[in-house]
Amino acid sequence: MNAIEHNVAEPPSEETLLVEAARAGDIAAFESLVRRYDRNVFRIAQHITQNREDAEDVVQDAFLKAYQNLGQFQGQSKFYTWLVRIAVNEALMRLRRRRPERMVSIDEDVKTDEDSMPREIADWSPNPEQLYTQSELKEILGKTIQGLPPGFRTVFVLRDVEGLSTEETASALDLSVPAVKSRLLRARLQLRERLNKYFKRRDGDPRP
Amino acid sequence: MKCSDFLKELTDYLDDTMDSKTKAELEEHLQWCHNCYVVCNTTKSTIEIYRDSTLYELPDDLRGRLQSAIISKCKCHKSSSETASAEVKAKDSK
Repeated sequence: MNAIEHNVAEPPSEETLLVEAARAGDIAAFESLVRRYDRNVFRIAQHITQNREDAEDVVQDAFLKAYQNLGQFQGQSKFYTWLVRIAVNEALMRLRRRRPERMVSIDEDVKTDEDSMPREIADWSPNPEQLYTQSELKEILGKTIQGLPPGFRTVFVLRDVEGLSTEETASALDLSVPAVKSRLLRARLQLRERLNKYFKRRDGDPRP
Repeated sequence: MKCSDFLKELTDYLDDTMDSKTKAELEEHLQWCHNCYVVCNTTKSTIEIYRDSTLYELPDDLRGRLQSAIISKCKCHKSSSETASAEVKAKDSK
């Protein structure tokens, strides 16, 4: 088994040490990695599959697969980016199983820019999220993102919710950087358009 | 600059990943184009609302169950691969 390549100038990060220990068979080290990233993997999985049970299965399968394949992880990308890649593939596979009538892929949904052109230009209320209770807001946000094509919502979630860089998102999804940017723009504009009806300024709202 | 040109650059503008010359051109456009100003602000709010939301948080009890299941599957995998490699060694030494 090859050791993970370190940058000579920098000491290995805590995460690299955990990954190396896990590769050498230390289950407690792998458990630390699970605790570090299980919330993120669950969120990504639920965003893609839109199904709680599937998301639970994706979390288990993605971590198990990562554990079984730690020997193949070379350390060229971050462990988290590598894990996200496994989790996204597992999630898409489950989505395909549930919706066999539709082709589900990261590459689909490449339509013209017309789909994302703003149609309704309306200013929003100040602090729009305060117009609703926490549970109402969750329902609105969940329903709205569910309406996006899977390829768009995956890019949006990785980039804007989980905070991966454009390059990391591209590497996790096996897409080019321009493809990530184009999907991200359309996802953001489509979500904005769909949220208009909930958040737009109403008569009587104070001016900012 | 036309509104469609502004929109094409919106993602880089919001992520602040553009050169200062293009940024200045976009900001000049925003000064007089109310529509783009609104689209820009509401898109920014869209990102912030999703980023700050607690959508799909993993509840503690489920989290505990998932962690236990993952670790026991990993232990199972480890012991079965150790058994397999011990069997191979035993065969080789015969």
